[in-house]
Amino acid sequence: MNFLSRILNRQPDQDSAEVAKRRLQLVLAQDRTNISPETLNVLKDEMIGVISKYVEIDRARVEVSMTHTNRGEHLIANIPVVGACAPTRLTPERRRAPARRTRGARA
Amino acid sequence: MPGRVITITSGKGGVGKTTATANIGVALARRGQRVACVDADIGLRNLDVVLGLENRIVYDLVDVVEGRARLRQALIKDKRLPELVLLPAAQTREKSAVSEKQMIKLCDDLKKEFDFVLVDSPAGIELGFKNSLAPADEVIIVVTPEVSAVRDADRVIGLTEASEKRSPKLIINRLRPAMVRRREMMDTADVLEILAIELIGIVPEDETIITSTNKGQPVALEDRTAAGAAFTRIAQRLLGENVPFQAFDHSEGWLNRLTDLFRKQ
Repeated sequence: MNFLSRILNRQPDQDSAEVAKRRLQLVLAQDRTNISPETLNVLKDEMIGVISKYVEIDRARVEVSMTHTNRGEHLIANIPVVGACAPTRLTPERRRAPARRTRGARA
Repeated sequence: MPGRVITITSGKGGVGKTTATANIGVALARRGQRVACVDADIGLRNLDVVLGLENRIVYDLVDVVEGRARLRQALIKDKRLPELVLLPAAQTREKSAVSEKQMIKLCDDLKKEFDFVLVDSPAGIELGFKNSLAPADEVIIVVTPEVSAVRDADRVIGLTEASEKRSPKLIINRLRPAMVRRREMMDTADVLEILAIELIGIVPEDETIITSTNKGQPVALEDRTAAGAAFTRIAQRLLGENVPFQAFDHSEGWLNRLTDLFRKQ
């Protein structure tokens, strides 16, 4: 019964090596930075709150995760933008503020 | 010139530290190097049985550091290889019977008379590991391509680097080429991407390790087995020879893939 699927090389656990690698990258990032999944969730909620002030985003599809590569630990956020925020809604001061924050975050 | 103290460690137990220590020691001694293998796993000694020298123990490491025996009296000469000696661990004592300072002194003394001092570390990251790390000039981490072993190896690499030792080198042990070809086991590249340290050897899973350990005859006494040849290549690399890495995990054509397919039940 499994012979055909074996020939076709399509078992569901075919690439468990890749699963192992992905899980390790995640768990090692947590081990090394000492950021727990709970902390990451709090961070995610606060990020959603801040970003929503400026851009309309799809809150349900926001993903924030840690990953580990040979160049170090990375915090990766994937934030789907639904619509652009109308520039007229921002006062001149508020328009400048996000730009300064971006530079601060990068440093 | 003093010898090199190389500590073999892993974090996780059962990945092959003792087997690696015994076989690298044998392979180096076969190449004319004077080698002392030190069993630092006090209370759970095993390097003696893996090397087949368990019946000749009179004194142990703790007897030496506590002054009941001179170092020379405690060293067991391997009759098969005149260049190889073993300093066994005490079996009825605890890790706390030895301090870091005593391990450093012991290895300093051994370095004067041997080209290589191989320290077989216990599993874990507690006292026994710290005692094994303290005298090390170089560190070798043994890992198997499994999540638990890689995670523990990462932790031990961090601790080694934090202790201002040189970056450790990695042995990927018990690699199963057929599983790697089917992507059911992480390959060398996957493990190296995660741990990001220098590779010093890849040892394929080999049943002769079990039979050779049954008999107390390390596989590296000969080069005819896959594991024995792999340990010999590690010894050559330690001696500075440029030995290419075997591509155990590359697909070797359709015939191999077909064989894998039928072997997998």
